This record gives sequence, C-alpha cells and structure tokens, in this order.
Amino acid sequence: MKLQTTAACSAVALSFCVAVAPATADTLRLLTWGGYAPDDVIAQFEEETGHTVEVTTSNNEEMIAKLRATGGGGFDLAQPSQDRIAGPQEEFGIYKPIDMSQIDTALFIPSMLEATKGNTTVGGDVYGVPHIWGTSGLVVDTANAPSVKDYTDLCNDDVAGKVSYRLKRPTLIGFAFAMGMDPFAAYSDEAAYTEMMEKVEAKLIECKANVKTYWDGSDQLIGLMRSGEAVAAMAWDAGGWKLNADNPDINFIAPTSGALGWIDTFALPAKGKADEAAYAWINFVMKPEIAAKITESSSYFTASKGADELVNEEQKARFQASFPPEAIDNIKWYPTVPTGLEVIEGGVLDRVKAAN
Amino acid sequence: MRAQAKLGLVLLLTPLLLWLTLLIFIPHVDMLLVSLRERVSAGVYRTSLANYWAFLSEPLYLRTFMRTAVMSTLATVITLLIGFPVSYYIAKIARGRVQSALFLLCLVPFWVSELVRTFGWMILLRETGIISNLLQFLGLVEGPVEMLYNDAAIMVGLVYTSMLFMVVPLVTTLQTLPDEVVEAGYDLGGNSFSVLREIIIPHATPGIVSGCIVVFMLSLGNYLTPIMLGGKDSLWFTELIYSQFIVRFNWELGAAFGFMLLLLSSAIVWGMLKLTGQSLERTVG
Repeated sequence: MKLQTTAACSAVALSFCVAVAPATADTLRLLTWGGYAPDDVIAQFEEETGHTVEVTTSNNEEMIAKLRATGGGGFDLAQPSQDRIAGPQEEFGIYKPIDMSQIDTALFIPSMLEATKGNTTVGGDVYGVPHIWGTSGLVVDTANAPSVKDYTDLCNDDVAGKVSYRLKRPTLIGFAFAMGMDPFAAYSDEAAYTEMMEKVEAKLIECKANVKTYWDGSDQLIGLMRSGEAVAAMAWDAGGWKLNADNPDINFIAPTSGALGWIDTFALPAKGKADEAAYAWINFVMKPEIAAKITESSSYFTASKGADELVNEEQKARFQASFPPEAIDNIKWYPTVPTGLEVIEGGVLDRVKAAN
Repeated sequence: MRAQAKLGLVLLLTPLLLWLTLLIFIPHVDMLLVSLRERVSAGVYRTSLANYWAFLSEPLYLRTFMRTAVMSTLATVITLLIGFPVSYYIAKIARGRVQSALFLLCLVPFWVSELVRTFGWMILLRETGIISNLLQFLGLVEGPVEMLYNDAAIMVGLVYTSMLFMVVPLVTTLQTLPDEVVEAGYDLGGNSFSVLREIIIPHATPGIVSGCIVVFMLSLGNYLTPIMLGGKDSLWFTELIYSQFIVRFNWELGAAFGFMLLLLSSAIVWGMLKLTGQSLERTVG
C-alpha cells in the first residue's frame, strides 16, 4: 500500500501528494552525518512512536547548501555543527527556533546544553541543542610515524608522501594553532585573520609535497590508513578509534597544540513539516541507553547525561588513551563562525589546491 | 485538415518546448541573474559585474580553466586515436554477430554508474592495488608503485568514460561508407595511408567532429573522475564551481563561473570548427 502511494507520488506532480497526505505528518526526514542514526535505533524509534524516519547523510557545508536552496524545506530535522548555525541563520534564515518546552532538558549534560544554546542564539531565540561531540586531531600509525605529535609534524621528512588531510577549514585552524597563532581570537578581525591565513597558506603549500592525497570522506581516510598508504592524517577521533580496533598501532592522538572540539546539534529547518516527530526523535536518542548504543556503533560520544557510563569498557579505554586529563583541558572548542570568514578561507584552500 | 496538422505539430512540440523552457531556459536565466548579484552585507545585494571581474582578475581561476580545457582537449584527441581504429574494425571489418557483439562490449561499461567505474580504476591503480601488486609479484618493480592521484590517472579515467561517445558516431558514419569506394581507391593505385587520408577520413568527418564535440564537453564538465582519480593536484573547473556553491556559500560567484564555463567552452568548440574548416550545419545535417 505504501509502495503504491509512493509510485503514485512520483507519477503525479508532487504538490498533489502533499495535499492528500494526512495532516499529522509522521515521516521524519532527518539530515544528518553518517553513523548518527544507526539502523537498530531507527527501528526501535519507529516501533515505539509509529513515526517513520528517512535518513540523508551529509556534511556541514552540504547541509547548509541544501537547506538554503529550498529556503529551509525538504527536511524536518538537521544536524549542523554548533558553530555553523548562527551565521547561516542570520544570512539565509533556514532554521526555526527550538521550543525548549518540548525538549527534555534533564537528558542533556548541562554545561554542553548551555554552551550550545549560547552559541546558537540569534535574536533571543535558540536554534540548536547538542547531540554528538568529538574532536579532530591526528590519527597516527605509531609504528611508522613516531615523530608526528602536532599538526605541523605532518610536514616532517620522515613521513613524506604518506600523509593525508582534508582541504577544509579544520585543517587551516589546526595548522594555525600548531604554528603558535590563535585563529579563534582573530575571528572578529578580518584583517588579522587574513594575515594569519596567509601564513597558514604558505605552510600548507610548502607541505603539499608530503601529502599523498587530500581525503574527502571518512571511508576514504580509513581505507588509506588501513592499507598503510598513509601513516599519519588529520581526522576525527572516532575514525582513529575505529582503526585502533583493527590495528592497535594506529590511534587517535590529541595534538600538543590542542585537539579541536566540535558539537553537532539538532536544528529545525524553517519549513520542516514534522516538528512533533523531530522533538520525539531528539528526546528518544538523548536517552542514556539509546545514546550509549549510538556511541558503541559509531564511536562518537553524545551530550546525553549518564550515557558514557553505559558505554563498554573497550571504548572507554580508547577514549582515555587518546585523552589524558590535560589533553581534555586543552581542547579548543570552535566558537561561532562569523559570516564572511568562509570567503577568506575559500581563497586560501583554492590556492593551496592549485599550487604545485 | 490544415488546422489538424497544426494541432498535431503543437502537441508534438509541447514536450520539447516544456523541457527546454522549464529545465534549460528558466534555470539559466535565474543563474544569470544570480551571477549578476554582488553581496554587500548579510542579505543585501546589488547588481554588478563584480563576479565576472573576480573570475578575470584572479589568475588562479583562469589558470584552472585553461588547465581543464587543455586536459579535456588532450583527452578528446586520445579518445579519437583509440576510438577510430576500434570503430573502423567494428563498422568495416567485423561481420554479423561479431559486429553486434563488439558493439555491445563497448556499451557494457556504461551499464554501471560512473562512480562504480571510477572506483574500479582506483582499485586497479592504487598503491596497494592490483597493478602495483602484479608488478611486484612479477619482480618488475621493488616496493609498491603509486599510479593514482596524478594527471595521467585523470586522463585514463576521462578517456575510458568518454570512449562510447566517440565510438557510436564513428561507427554510424563509417557504416555508410560503401566498401566499393575503398576498393576503388586501392585499384587506382592508392596505398593504405592515402586511402585513409583521401577517402575514409573525409567520409567520417561528421562523425569525428560530433564525437569530438561530445567528448570535449563531457570531459570539461566532468566532476567525479578528476576528483577521485586526481587527488591532491586534481583541481578541475567544475570543482571550483562546486566549492563556490557548496563550501563557500557563494552562489553569485559560482553562477558566474558556470556562465564562463558555458561561454568559453562554446567559444573553444566554435574556434575548433573554424580552424578545421567545419561547420556545425554540415556535422549535424
């Protein structure tokens, strides 16, 4: 029956279908990252609530671009990083405010909830609540690349041709920190930031000969590290822990200049049609036992209070190996990105890619 | 009677007109308008040519375009050089079932998506891939060889992807060449080279030209192959457009890039046709 409706929808114009759909929308169109909505969690949610979930995986830039193209339509719940909400919201108006009364705030780690609310507030309204957090730093094959301790060590001679990183803004930020600068302090000063990025650009161009390839997706990175084609890379902690499970030599290390901390959030697209299902999903996945399940399947840690105690020992051991207490204090959390910085960074990234 | 014929014509044309207006014309007009906008501050725009000026004044963009155009031209030439003998064999030498079978073999790679085909090449060419391992097994090289992430890998991918679009028009035109004409050429004292130059190539020209145009345009507009096979040095013009739209949220500049790609590639095709003394009418008609 369901299949027939879908077929009819594609045959007739879409607008007709919307008209005949029941008033209480029960399909949650979720725009998220790979691994954030495991199949078993979705199945349990569908069983408990009766809503159905459609998952589209994406990344920060594509999420914003997709929502911008439709003015915030096409999805009911999105998961951009907390630093990428306020800017696009001011410029394109793609989200709607979150009704905090619909959210069970007791499920969240209070400090993380408050920080995210603060960073995603535009004009007095809150646009994001935290879901998954993690860091980016270095994934290193310690047997073959013992010298790599910080981002700039990726340019060392002993790892020449065996290094990989993303040509995206975290790389620029990470290199800036490793070169002794503080890019977050310069966020509000375009001239100072431009000057800083020029130095990073020179370094990255000089370092280009060392790079095997710039990776794009986490699967590509895992392939490169697992096959030994790359021995050191800039990557997310979860990717490193995944590799560590197969090869104990490879692990995530927090760079000496500090790992970069991010929080991915829940945000409601402006033209989302299933808010009720969206709130139900948020309150469902933030339950400690569900959050622990997500952590176990994807290695990402969540902002759910008490979930980390339910995670298995192996996972905890990996986390503690990568993050001794002083490394946790040294995590650099991304502040909100002001609009206009992307243009400066974009020019730098283009020139690095084009350099020989 | 005439009114009926007219109605028939209108009905037959409707799908085409709808297609052209809704999917080609209107989006392009919209793109043009976007490309003429300049962002002043958040949500405030004014009309200007700033985006086109940005394209022309930043050497990086022009260089990337030139690189893309030169590589695409090279890919077209290589595709033609490989595709011509193949097409000649299929059209003139193979007979009956062998002919159909060979033609079908050219089609087979296109039954899977471009992504899968490109992944296939990655598996073959990468450092821990099949070719590298085979060479080591045979003792021809010591240690793994990396064949991926360079311009040659992009070229291989582009030629492979566009081969069909060269072979099909060539086979079609070569099939219309009567065997007697070729025989007459030999009877009149021609050798293989002069027969090829005086008879076969002139006859196949429309096929060569249309094949080259399609392959050139496809290569120029290709996104996946250069990104996946080219690695760190892959910068391709379509990638610039993608990154302006998606990564930098700069639709205005991205739209301007799109239009420059359209204009410049049309200019290159037009220039090539002029240079070789061909015209689009003769090729198509």
